[in-house]
Amino acid sequence: MIQFRNVNKSYGKKTILDNLTLDIKAGEFVILIGPSGCGKTTTLKTINRLIEPDSGEIFIDGKDITKMDPVKLRRTIGYVIQQIGLFPNMTVEQNIALVPKLLKYTNEEIDEIVHRLLDLVNMPYEENAKKYPSELSGGQQQRIGVLRALAASPPIVLMDEPFGALDPLTRDTLQEEIKKIQKKLGKTIVFVTHDMDEALRLADTIVFMNEGKVLQMASPEEMLQNPADPIIKSFLGKHMNNGNNAANMVASDFMRAKVLTVPKTKKTLECIALMSRRDVSSLIVVEDDDTYLGTVSVDKIKAEGKAGKEISELVTLESMTVNRNSNAQEAFELLIASPTGYVLVLNDDNTVAGLITKTSMAKAMGEALWGEMTQ
Amino acid sequence: MGDLFPLIVEHILLVLIAIAIASALGVLLGMISYWVPYLDKIILWIVDSLQTIPSLALLAILMIFFGLGNTTLIVGLVLYSLLPIVRNTYIGLTGVSPHLKDAARGMGMSRLQRMLKVELPLSFPLIFSGIKIATVTALSIAVMGVLIGSGGLGYPIFRGIQTMNFHAIMTGTIPVVIMALVFDFFMSKMEQKLVKRAK
Repeated sequence: MIQFRNVNKSYGKKTILDNLTLDIKAGEFVILIGPSGCGKTTTLKTINRLIEPDSGEIFIDGKDITKMDPVKLRRTIGYVIQQIGLFPNMTVEQNIALVPKLLKYTNEEIDEIVHRLLDLVNMPYEENAKKYPSELSGGQQQRIGVLRALAASPPIVLMDEPFGALDPLTRDTLQEEIKKIQKKLGKTIVFVTHDMDEALRLADTIVFMNEGKVLQMASPEEMLQNPADPIIKSFLGKHMNNGNNAANMVASDFMRAKVLTVPKTKKTLECIALMSRRDVSSLIVVEDDDTYLGTVSVDKIKAEGKAGKEISELVTLESMTVNRNSNAQEAFELLIASPTGYVLVLNDDNTVAGLITKTSMAKAMGEALWGEMTQ
Repeated sequence: MGDLFPLIVEHILLVLIAIAIASALGVLLGMISYWVPYLDKIILWIVDSLQTIPSLALLAILMIFFGLGNTTLIVGLVLYSLLPIVRNTYIGLTGVSPHLKDAARGMGMSRLQRMLKVELPLSFPLIFSGIKIATVTALSIAVMGVLIGSGGLGYPIFRGIQTMNFHAIMTGTIPVVIMALVFDFFMSKMEQKLVKRAK
């Protein structure tokens, strides 16, 4: 748990941190974001005392860090920077082992740590440990940068735009890896970025800063729904799709519109043939006026159906239905509870509008979050 | 030729002793200039000034304190060699990438640990280049030693001048030139290797 209490910092006349008060919970992935000069990097660097505030207090687990020896403090906090900062005169192994060595771990312990960490990012010890940083790709270098920060198992890791200088593909991979690592090891990560994509992707909590103050501190979902300030809105940009977010979507937004219906007068054998041709296991049966009657499954026909009989005799009402204007959440809950794995969507006149399946739900959710999908 | 060999050995020995002392002292002064604000200007100014004193005059002044002999020559060579070593150490240390210094500090390395594990190793190619310049210069300046009663290849040259013996002058000069070239060649090779490794 990291607490900022009325922290101020200025350089000359320029105020960098303006009475900053902020609580960071243990075990959370917290992202500091904001326009350049908003104080996010300064905030980060006050945590390991690379920058000393002019006034105010910072506590880690209730201890005032200004009263601690900065060198010892820093050994308990991981630190990753954008420029990677691996020491070119040391091998991969020596870079990773640096902090454990400072902390006087035994050689066996250090050896075990280096092996385990390299395994964590799928860079086998035999191939990589003795290499110099210049022999690695940018992505590999930053992996080692992250491992170096993790080596002495610090509960807190500070990351200052760690993936900013990497190509988009490598950045994606590393983002995934760091999220996994954070979950697995339960670290508190404080991460500075100016990339909202990255923030939404990784954060448990996003802290949006501007002019040395916190404008909003919220989960990604909450920030997307209720950005507290026009600046935040502009940062969210493409992620805000004009109110078309999950909260005000209705059942019909999630459904697949093209569904197969049969009139209740259809005969059993015809239905079986149709099902096998379309590769489905149940059919929606409608009245003569196209209103919904019920569904029939292939198992039911096989078990009880007699050749030449009308399908209407076998219809059941076991499938869940929902009105097309119902709240999306209601439809979602029905889908989860549905024994058949789908929910039927009905129009106001009780005709069949479509079908919500887990696939159609996931697709619609994806579109709401990330915009139109290509497939 | 038989009596030339001991002179060559003595010459090299005097230079190497002086360079060893100058390297230790020079790197230390370079570190202090880098560490202590404002002191950098003063230290660099002093070593700069030492270099401007003509070598003959410097040796004459030192002779007052240290008398005749090898000690005076070694002290003179040390003072003369300081400039390139101190300067290159200082430039090397200040030139280490700020990101690396930031990383080193952020990882919890003390000032001395940063110096020994990161800053000095990374500056070493430049420091070595300073030592090379100092060595090559010292090899030729050491010839002056003959005037203050120390050994080395100055002796045949000086005797040659006095007796107007061109052959004697050359027997002293040619080994000095060859030594300077040989040292320069091999130390440059090493320097290239160091620079390559640091990249």
